[in-house]
Amino acid sequence: MSDTGRANAIEMENVNKFFGGFQALKNVSLSVKVGERIVVCGPSGSGKSTLIRCINRLEEHDSGKIVVNGHELTGAVKDIDAVRSEVGMVFQSFNLFPHLTIIQNLMLAPRLVRKSSKSEARDTAMKYLERVKIPEQADKYPSQLSGGQQQRVAIARALCMNPLVMLFDEPTSALDPEMISEVLDVMTDLAREGMTMICVTHEMGFARSVADNVVFMDYGEIVEMNPPEEFFDHPRNERTKLFLSQILSH
Amino acid sequence: MTFDFALIADSIPKMLMGIGLTFQLLFLSAVLGLVLAITLLLMRISGRWYLSVPTMVYIYIFRGTPILVQIFIIYYGLPQLEFVRDSIFWPILREPFGCAVLALTLNTGAYVSEILRGGVLGVDRGLKEAGAALGLSARHRLVYITAPIAIRLALPAYSNDVISLMKSTALASTITLLDMMGIARTIVAETYAPYEVFISLMVIYLVLTWMIQRSFGWMEKRMSRHIKVEA
Repeated sequence: MSDTGRANAIEMENVNKFFGGFQALKNVSLSVKVGERIVVCGPSGSGKSTLIRCINRLEEHDSGKIVVNGHELTGAVKDIDAVRSEVGMVFQSFNLFPHLTIIQNLMLAPRLVRKSSKSEARDTAMKYLERVKIPEQADKYPSQLSGGQQQRVAIARALCMNPLVMLFDEPTSALDPEMISEVLDVMTDLAREGMTMICVTHEMGFARSVADNVVFMDYGEIVEMNPPEEFFDHPRNERTKLFLSQILSH
Repeated sequence: MTFDFALIADSIPKMLMGIGLTFQLLFLSAVLGLVLAITLLLMRISGRWYLSVPTMVYIYIFRGTPILVQIFIIYYGLPQLEFVRDSIFWPILREPFGCAVLALTLNTGAYVSEILRGGVLGVDRGLKEAGAALGLSARHRLVYITAPIAIRLALPAYSNDVISLMKSTALASTITLLDMMGIARTIVAETYAPYEVFISLMVIYLVLTWMIQRSFGWMEKRMSRHIKVEA
């Protein structure tokens, strides 16, 4: 796929983020084109989660510039809710609303934010539940579902808002091994359909088959970014080589 | 010592004539106290010091002093102030009933706001973030995510406070009100039979407590449907 002429969905320029005295992001610059799939990996504490949490302003960056779907995120941005409604996010711990049924989880934001009618919201919700292959769970509560099913619901919940970009924050790290593939399958389908995605994950098989670019982070910096073949077969930086040897060796 | 059952049979109906007043005190101060508690809670978690600091001082004072003292200050103390007598609240504060409701409301409001705050703090941060990530406004997150979960978490402690409030209504008898306790004290003064009368009164309060417990138990069960895992 040619990159020319495609607009940037996300642009980060020299972004810095501190937690007290700890610098979580150091001069991070990253641009993601519409339809591009990025996988971010790196050791724990390297700033991967902070990076994507800054994109929908769950964390506020301290300096630098972040532009999401054409809106710059600043302290003064009044319509942060509108920016967020166009960026779907999937969390490591699913974060389904425990007091609502599955279908209610999916209908809540379209009803409140998009002002969809009840039947419209329900139709959209069922459409995406079918897409993640669990329409029969619609009237259950999250606690009645397996982890893999809950994470698929979480993906469907984000998709109900018709987001322009999807962020995944270690979506399979909290899952039992036998449930990882059902979630990755849904993510792979999504990628094939052209969704712009940033995934923080250690699923290197997924990265290799789906990503346009793989980003390696360490100590809050982007150390290396390359297409998967290059990234896995000819890593340039010593830290990347070390990290890959650690996670691919077993 | 003999136990006069005829006196018990005689005094229970008399004391029950005060149950209406007990209920009025309980119901009014519970409802007004809850409204006050929610207001205090919103001020406390507003993140603005000029709202949260006065709230903390208020809660400290009303939780930190005996409710009997609060009742006496409101009933005996406030009428000494001229501006109170001139205010539109005088028709309420002139009556012992108004004073009792006010004292109970102010007191329970302080406790309940702390109970509700415990519930709010217990809501998983990830759920609020999930709401934010979906584009829900802060108000929508509070109403549709935080509040329902916080209420469920706070319910057991809240039922405790309602029972405690029910018992506190007996203090209204100290400012001339003839609730069940007031009537019991009158009967005791006439008959010099404290055991029979006060033990009967205890039984009545225990029945009320049982009713409150059962209602809250039912509510807890209803609100926990989502936690039950299908077998």
